[in-house]
Amino acid sequence: MEELRKTPLNHIHKKLGAKMIPFAGWEMPLLYETISSEHQKVRTQAGIFDLTHMGELKIYGKGCELELAKLTTNDPTKLSPGKIQYSLLCLPSGGIIDDILVYRLEDGFLLVVNAANTAKDYEWIKSHLREPVKVENLTDSLALIAIQGPDSEKIMVNIEPAVSELKYYNFLETKIQNFRAILSRTGYTGEDGFEIYIPWDEAPKTWELLGEAAKIAGLSLAPVGLGARDTLRLEMKYPLYGNDIDETTTPLEANLEWVVKFNHSFIGRDALFEQKASGVKKRLVGFVALDRGIPRQGYPIFYQEKKVGVVTSGTLSPSLKKNIGMGYVPPALEKPGTVIELLIREKKVRAEITAGPFVPPRIKK
Amino acid sequence: MYPEDLLYTKSHEWVKVEDDRAIVGVTSYAQDQLVEVVFVELPEEGKEVKAGDAVATLESVKAVADVYAPVSGKIIEVNKQLENQPELVNQDPYGEGWIFVIEIAGEEELHTLMKVSDYQSLIENELKP
Repeated sequence: MEELRKTPLNHIHKKLGAKMIPFAGWEMPLLYETISSEHQKVRTQAGIFDLTHMGELKIYGKGCELELAKLTTNDPTKLSPGKIQYSLLCLPSGGIIDDILVYRLEDGFLLVVNAANTAKDYEWIKSHLREPVKVENLTDSLALIAIQGPDSEKIMVNIEPAVSELKYYNFLETKIQNFRAILSRTGYTGEDGFEIYIPWDEAPKTWELLGEAAKIAGLSLAPVGLGARDTLRLEMKYPLYGNDIDETTTPLEANLEWVVKFNHSFIGRDALFEQKASGVKKRLVGFVALDRGIPRQGYPIFYQEKKVGVVTSGTLSPSLKKNIGMGYVPPALEKPGTVIELLIREKKVRAEITAGPFVPPRIKK
Repeated sequence: MYPEDLLYTKSHEWVKVEDDRAIVGVTSYAQDQLVEVVFVELPEEGKEVKAGDAVATLESVKAVADVYAPVSGKIIEVNKQLENQPELVNQDPYGEGWIFVIEIAGEEELHTLMKVSDYQSLIENELKP
């Protein structure tokens, strides 16, 4: 087995008593206290996450706008510097290679990609870019720390006062002490918050500064592991690559048509355009279990005694204290209120399809 | 971590024998592997079980695990407190986190269970990379 990679914050997690797990080739904190307490911290106060495992790819060179536009379902030529887009890389079939964030820099783009997909995305992008446009993998030189929760802004202003003017899906480039940093108002929890990109070696210092910034504000900032990151995103019905979306699912099936801009040309457009006209055969839905039992990835979904789909994610929602999940069903069943059955270890558990996020998001628009 | 007065199974249950009753729970190793137990499905009282039967289910944030009957007999008591406080399995695995009590059908099966020293070597082997 290949050795797990360690982030520059690894020793801090261990000192904090984190339970560490292998994740996408990295040794990452699953939790420090309990998943439910960390989840509640983010919903009510603020939490700090090490997300250094995420991949960062920079695309630059003359004409990079149009070169990138060929690869993404959203249209990056619409972005001005300081703006961010959620976007997708697709195969010619329309299957999703990855879901990504696209940051428009002055001299190019920064793509933030899923850890498990970094190498795949890099190769895919590299093989499609035409000279003089280049892609550079910055994953080994950038660390990423997120701070999420309603108190995030009050903490962050002690690091950079300008963040109070920063809007959702916008970023600014600044200096923290003597090193460069990108601060963006983004996240994966449904709460207000920021993601902070800093040079690899400055991560421990930044982590410490954020702790001090919280102290100055008289607020608490708790470390949060990947366990709560998953329950937080699932309550928002945010898809997770590898669970809810992958190369066998399309943006239309996954309700991600809002980031597909058909008025520009990109790999996968023709297949998606055709699918839009003919209609999808499955759709990603959210559901709440009506009987006891936690839905989990891979459990079959039944409707009137027939297997109709599969669960892609599930958990006990710490906010709702209900079992929630996501999965694919035929579009005829996607209507909220429809009652499906999940096969949970030989037992049928009824679940009701719901619309929108399970918990209302409180992001700052 | 592993009390000396208990008996153990390969599937990480502990057993406390009190006369003809066996109180059963999961070890601190098992609860740690599960991370956070969020739901416990208990057996029905009065149910006859055989050693090795899956009797209860622990659902954690990470995984699902069955709890097996270490010996044959009748389930005479279940820990109803776990229905509302499944976290007791993590917080106090050998105390308030007990799961069920079996009325032991035959004492001979108790010899199939492990003593603490054997269980400890089993764990050490599992933890080896």
